[in-house]
Amino acid sequence: MDRLDQLESRSVYILREACACIDNLAMLWSLGKDSNTMIRLAQKAFFGRVPFPALHVDTGRKFPEMYAFRERYAKEWGLDLLVQDCPDIEETDAALPPAARSAARKSLGLKAALASHEFRGLVVGIRRDEEATRAKERVFSPRGGDGEWQPREQPPEFWDQFAVEPPPGGHIRIHPLLHWTERDIWAYIQREEIPVVDLYFARNGQRYRSLGDQDITRPVASTASNVAEILEELTATQVSERAGRLMDHEAEDSFERLRVDGYM
Amino acid sequence: MTDSAPTPPPAAPLHFVLTGHVDHGKSSLIGRLLHDAGALQEGKFAAMQEMCRRRGVEFQWAFLMDALQAERDQGVTIDSSWIRFRHSEREFILIDAPGHELFIRNMITGADMADAALLVVDAQEGLREQSFRHGFLLHLMGVRQLGVVVNKMDLVGYKQEVFAALEAQIREYLARLGVEPLAVVPISARNGDMIVAPGENMPWYEGASVLETLHGFRAREAAADLPLRLPVQDVYRHGQERILVGRIESGQARVGDRLLFSPSNQTATLAAFKKWPEGGAAGEEVASAGECVGFTLGEKIFIERGELASHEERAPMETDVLRARIFWLSQEPLRPGESYEMRLLGARVLAEVESLEWRVDTATLARSPAKELGANEVGEAILRPRRMLALDDFEDNPPTGRFVLARGKRICGGGTASLQGYADRRGGPIRHSSHITRTPHPVEVAERSRRNGHAPGVLWFTGLSGAGKSTLAFALERRLYDRGFQVFVLDGDNLRHRLNADLRFSPEDRVENIRRAYEVAGLFSRAGMLVITAFISPYASDRERAREAIGSGFREIYIHADLETCAARDPKNLYKKAKAGEIVEFTGVSAPYEAPKRPDLRIDTAEREIEECIAALLAYVEAEFGLREERAS
Repeated sequence: MDRLDQLESRSVYILREACACIDNLAMLWSLGKDSNTMIRLAQKAFFGRVPFPALHVDTGRKFPEMYAFRERYAKEWGLDLLVQDCPDIEETDAALPPAARSAARKSLGLKAALASHEFRGLVVGIRRDEEATRAKERVFSPRGGDGEWQPREQPPEFWDQFAVEPPPGGHIRIHPLLHWTERDIWAYIQREEIPVVDLYFARNGQRYRSLGDQDITRPVASTASNVAEILEELTATQVSERAGRLMDHEAEDSFERLRVDGYM
Repeated sequence: MTDSAPTPPPAAPLHFVLTGHVDHGKSSLIGRLLHDAGALQEGKFAAMQEMCRRRGVEFQWAFLMDALQAERDQGVTIDSSWIRFRHSEREFILIDAPGHELFIRNMITGADMADAALLVVDAQEGLREQSFRHGFLLHLMGVRQLGVVVNKMDLVGYKQEVFAALEAQIREYLARLGVEPLAVVPISARNGDMIVAPGENMPWYEGASVLETLHGFRAREAAADLPLRLPVQDVYRHGQERILVGRIESGQARVGDRLLFSPSNQTATLAAFKKWPEGGAAGEEVASAGECVGFTLGEKIFIERGELASHEERAPMETDVLRARIFWLSQEPLRPGESYEMRLLGARVLAEVESLEWRVDTATLARSPAKELGANEVGEAILRPRRMLALDDFEDNPPTGRFVLARGKRICGGGTASLQGYADRRGGPIRHSSHITRTPHPVEVAERSRRNGHAPGVLWFTGLSGAGKSTLAFALERRLYDRGFQVFVLDGDNLRHRLNADLRFSPEDRVENIRRAYEVAGLFSRAGMLVITAFISPYASDRERAREAIGSGFREIYIHADLETCAARDPKNLYKKAKAGEIVEFTGVSAPYEAPKRPDLRIDTAEREIEECIAALLAYVEAEFGLREERAS
């Protein structure tokens, strides 16, 4: 088994464990490279058919290319697509900086989806290498009824024994990509020929490394116009993947505060 | 490494966990190591210096590490955190584990993924409580590669004799655990001595630096050379096929292998490996340790999550008693006489702590008798699972020799099994008996259907007590009979008067109760009849077995009403008794009800009148089983 086989094997194990132990699961599909990878892993784990809904929490401010991608591949992959709209920015915490407020709409949309569908498990494609607070996550991460993450109260997790029972009124976040890196994702996309939105590829000297809402995501300078070139670029760069995600950088702890409040 | 060497495919990274007593300087070591190894992200060092300037605090190497706001405020690492870095073509994943006693569960979580460990000891303070405990737990968890780092050498004047005395003490302690460290390295994280470069303060030390020690560790590999252990993680119905899935924990499995499933003691042939997408890798004949596989069996046997597949030779042991080394994490102590849920791979079974043999002092390794095991303590206990378990001695095969103990939703502790001195209780594999032959019936099912005017089948009603199963079953029986159906109700209470009179309500007896019910229902349906069963049948696995036994005529019908409605109806006064404690293990109150995930039909009796429910059932039966176009109603 090479490195990608090992990563795939662990993710498949996690997905199957979630499916075996938790009723009423959903997978968060943000349309980005990581969640597309996650869908491919689920297809492998469950022999072609993703056995739970793919939930897109839609801020209404994604790039047009992303909506086109959603319509096409939801059909092509036979996904049970659920689209959840987000509330207006007025309903978010006014104490947050502007871009974080914009991102917080997504947490509120997610809470609404969790409440209306009564999901007990939510499969989310975050990775440890993206950001320091995500590095502390568990593979199975219990959330209370309000969706809040309590980094100080995390359960022990060892020997592949996970916290599979949701707390009363809450749910479990399942993170099958936690152990992957950005480079691993691209290497897997290359090997498996997984389609991605072409905003990731450079045009006029710029490309998106991470895709969020149009108003709070910026492209980075790059000439990488295909997957192989992205892999080359990643080997050289030391700039953080989320550098283009404005809400991470407004205040030292703004992203952490978003996460404690239920953001992915 | 030479420049001309071709770039090898990226190897698996080396995971190492950094442990040690609180304040012995782990976070400083990490900051310094990342900086000196050239692994820091651009701007991170400068940003952290800038942040310290803004806050008016002196820069510390530890700040680089402590990413969470709460940690910067308290100066204690709360959780284990992962940090990746590359050095000299090798990728390392540093797992930072907290040194505070309150966070042992996080240290365990961090150590779980580690190939190796670095134990940090303060040169001034020497070995302290958590140094010993971490060393002991690392060994107990099976982390076999260890390096020790003696930090803060600057505070003892870089004196060789201070280091030599501490090194001797460390080596002596580890030797008693059976561990030989790869290196014991004197360092100063603050000044950067012996982290990457040797520095000028300890010319007397000729051993490896911290980074060189890390390069000396090897990534662990799944054990392909041990006997086959393939735990069944789940079973998927996929068209006509049943695909078993699981990860091979050790050994190899080949198409055509005779597999033995434990503890159910059934054998079957591995027919094929299944992969998606098909083609390419599909049709492979062999799979090895570490792979997650899907496979089909050549024979129809009932297998569920929790079974452990092996070859018939070198099978795991079956036992309902074992000796276990246990580390306890819960604030509620472990006590003899208490029962916990034992989770071993996918198997879950209630196990009683028969006795606590001893507790160990992790500093002196002295064993003493104990009445209980408190949080963060280690001891040895005799456990009695309520049913047979398939497992290995931890020393022989770690993944199938370890388990956790849970209560409610919480994992309370971990344990490793020691099976020496215990007899294998396996009774010998059940084989399809060759001396029993099945004589075919001269009357075919189709003939019976033509005469009856309907296909045979079983309407399996499941739901909470008080949901309306019996009421609906008997009402439906009357109406279907009036329409000309050959129909009969098998009711849970009625069967318990005679056929199942010997059974109580323990989990095992419930399983047997249902087994008899579906076998009888199956016989009735082979006689051409439509059977309606009314059993709570709380376990999904029992209903799945019923589906297996009965075959194509089986329909799972979920008679649903919420618990409050059922408890308010309480036609047999059972909820009142259960709440008063007169009935133990009452479904919905003190025993679980596993609701059907995808029932063939769901009837909500809380919201609909009986007549409406009956109408829905009649329409369903006519559509699914009726053969006559028109029927007198």
